[in-house]
Amino acid sequence: MSLPAALQDCEHTCQELGNRLKALLDEQHIHNPLIIGIRTGGVWVAERLQQQLQLDEAIGVLDISFYRDDFTRHGLHPQVKGSQLPDSIEDRHIILVDDVVMSGRTIRAAMNELFDYGRPASIKLVCLLDIGRRELPIQPDLCGAELELSDGQLVKLSGPQPLTLSLA
Amino acid sequence: MNLPPHQVQLTEDGRLKHFLTTEGLSKALLTEILDTADSFISTQERAVKKVPLLRGKTVVNLFFENSTRTRSTFELAAKRLSADILNLDISKSATSKGETLMDTLWNLEAMYSDMFVVRHADSGAAHFIAEHVTPNVAIINAGDGRHAHPTQAMLDMLTIRRHKDSIEGKVVAIVGDILHSRVARSQIHALRTLGAAEVRVIGPGTLLPNDIEALGAKPFYRMEDGLKDCDVVIMLRLQKERMQNALLPSEGEFFKLYGLTEQKLALAKPDAIVMHPGPINRGVEIESAVADGHQSVILNQVSYGIAVRMAVMAMAMSGQQQPTALSEEA
Repeated sequence: MSLPAALQDCEHTCQELGNRLKALLDEQHIHNPLIIGIRTGGVWVAERLQQQLQLDEAIGVLDISFYRDDFTRHGLHPQVKGSQLPDSIEDRHIILVDDVVMSGRTIRAAMNELFDYGRPASIKLVCLLDIGRRELPIQPDLCGAELELSDGQLVKLSGPQPLTLSLA
Repeated sequence: MNLPPHQVQLTEDGRLKHFLTTEGLSKALLTEILDTADSFISTQERAVKKVPLLRGKTVVNLFFENSTRTRSTFELAAKRLSADILNLDISKSATSKGETLMDTLWNLEAMYSDMFVVRHADSGAAHFIAEHVTPNVAIINAGDGRHAHPTQAMLDMLTIRRHKDSIEGKVVAIVGDILHSRVARSQIHALRTLGAAEVRVIGPGTLLPNDIEALGAKPFYRMEDGLKDCDVVIMLRLQKERMQNALLPSEGEFFKLYGLTEQKLALAKPDAIVMHPGPINRGVEIESAVADGHQSVILNQVSYGIAVRMAVMAMAMSGQQQPTALSEEA
């Protein structure tokens, strides 16, 4: 199975995603959003969105290692790098960015972590690719493309330059 | 004991499952502890200091010997990992009623404990317990006799790394009663593994172990010689009970020879940092002007101690989990 056209050029997909995000934010009168990428792939996508939206503020980075729900099964990820968020996210409109959304567990962990930093005004979820197989009631507000994978198949984003998706 | 501690504390694939000693651990593993601790420093700067990593786990602070700082920082570390913690001051409890160590442990295991943090006056106590507890209970050594105090050594490594960028290439002097110090032993192993250029020990001949050179440290008997061009000066607490054994002349005499004063500190590099595991004896091993001076990082050590203990507890707990194939999850 090969990747659909929308995913062969990730840069272009990110750009389109940026346009749609801009339209969505305008429509909802959100003027100063905070973009936060989930390590590692989400950070690469978040950086592109931040540039396209021409936001002055640096993106936030979220490392969800301390919030995973599979710690008792898999243990601690050996390369925890920590999160870098601004001093306060209180009352901010947050654009949470990940590369691939699947079970929804990463997003659940990310939201739990965000609430330990403060009470945001809102959170929107943006992802490059949605591959289904959801295990939690979590849906992206915007996604670059949807893709149905066969059993056991996984998809991997490499980056940051160039940004490429491959099937494994 | 069948296996040396550095084997007992690792899983088959080389991850930490107990933390008994810094001796024999690889540079990669010691660095992983420091990196993980760095991440925990940032979570503690938040308004909400807890992370849910050890939620539902029960940690028992098993202190057969008195301690305030170590016990309370372990307690805070466990709480900030969302574990439940039970403090047992064994020196005042069951053992004085005649219960044996193993009986105490079996009782605690029967309460479904997941981790024991152990301090004991006998060298090798934590190792002994690690070999005898049921599987899936992690043991953290919080100081055993003269043998090891690995979390103190790792918080000292983190302090050096954060204030001097790296441990590699640094000249480090440890001053005071090296002979009776589990802290010094653990520090020397960690410093050697992490690539310090030179580890010096400074003290009177009666308080330096004979085998110090085999450990990889260079002995000095005079501060004037040993402090020259040091990047890091670590003062040890003078245990007053040692003076009764005629190993030391008097507090005043010790301070004159080995107490850290501004004048002596001037022999080290101008940007040298001063460390001390606490509690400090002002005017015995360190003068107030130095302890409170701009080169002192003694209070930073206390903050880093919580982060290091969080890292070690999380990693050891993680090493107790049954390994399953890591699945990709998005």
